[in-house]
Amino acid sequence: MKKRLLYLLPIVLLGLFAAIAWIGLSPSRDPSALPSALIGKPVPSFKLTTLDPASGGLSQQDFAGKVTVVNFFASWCVPCKAEHPLLFQLGKDYNVPVYGIAFQDQTADTARYIQEMGSPYTKIGLDQNGRTAIDFGITGVPETFILDKNGIVRYRLAMPIDADRLAGEIGPLLKSLQ
Amino acid sequence: MTLRAVLLVLLLLGMATALDGAHPARADPTIRTADQPLADPTLEAKARALMREIRCVVCQSQSIDESDADIAANLRNIVREQIAAGKSEAQIRDYLTARYGDFVLLKPPFNRSTLVLWLAPFALALIALGAGVMTLRRSRSAGAKQPNDLSGTERERLNRLLVDDPESGGGRP
Repeated sequence: MKKRLLYLLPIVLLGLFAAIAWIGLSPSRDPSALPSALIGKPVPSFKLTTLDPASGGLSQQDFAGKVTVVNFFASWCVPCKAEHPLLFQLGKDYNVPVYGIAFQDQTADTARYIQEMGSPYTKIGLDQNGRTAIDFGITGVPETFILDKNGIVRYRLAMPIDADRLAGEIGPLLKSLQ
Repeated sequence: MTLRAVLLVLLLLGMATALDGAHPARADPTIRTADQPLADPTLEAKARALMREIRCVVCQSQSIDESDADIAANLRNIVREQIAAGKSEAQIRDYLTARYGDFVLLKPPFNRSTLVLWLAPFALALIALGAGVMTLRRSRSAGAKQPNDLSGTERERLNRLLVDDPESGGGRP
């Protein structure tokens, strides 16, 4: 009897291997998707000059005490243009401040971009050397973060926002946090 | 002519796959990050060695040492600055994993989520070894226990079948 059970071992091993492969190769899993190391952690501290000097700089202290959206963008980034209208919609529909951080962009180019497209942002920080972006762990632009009232990072999207995601994922999260 | 067409198709295919990257923004930043190699060649060599172990978060299958991506250049400069500031390799790895997770290390660290990855080969080797030893032992004990020799009556019957009675035997002529 004991020996018989031993014959099942290869089948059990195959089953284990199949289970691991099933998880690893499932079509819904995107192996290039980067897990964010920041989820559940406090927003990194930073200090940036702002596009409008009158708004007096942008730092993590601006996010204190409210649910906020932080959006990295650049004038040279085409997908950013595509998501731009949705940032207006996001701010209006869910009544959250959206902060923009211009990533490795010339100030004049950022200014022109905002002049052309309008500003959905409460403030725009200028991250010209890209170091704040690295503190946020971004891999490109656009990227969007959602912070809760305590300044904890709750969500990160490493691609442009689209209407479906706004309605199905981002919107409900913002509502639940508020 | 056809060769040229084939080359053109290959080129277009290559461009299509290049454009099909996982992350959207691949345009060049208007502010490029320039590499700032360290003046001290030993420190620079130390930094370069570490760079080869750090994954480029944009191109993913390259290390930041090989990558042309702007963020990779930025990360290279960060590695250099921290080496120059006397930080240890472990401290620099911690700095990077705090921002990008374990993903940024090309060699996965040993922790709870990589337990299976690191231990499975040894576990499987142990199981294979165990199975091998068991099979060997079994075949050896089976060799010692040969089936009993034919008994007298069996031998007699066999002879009769083979020689005496061709009609009822194995179809001999």
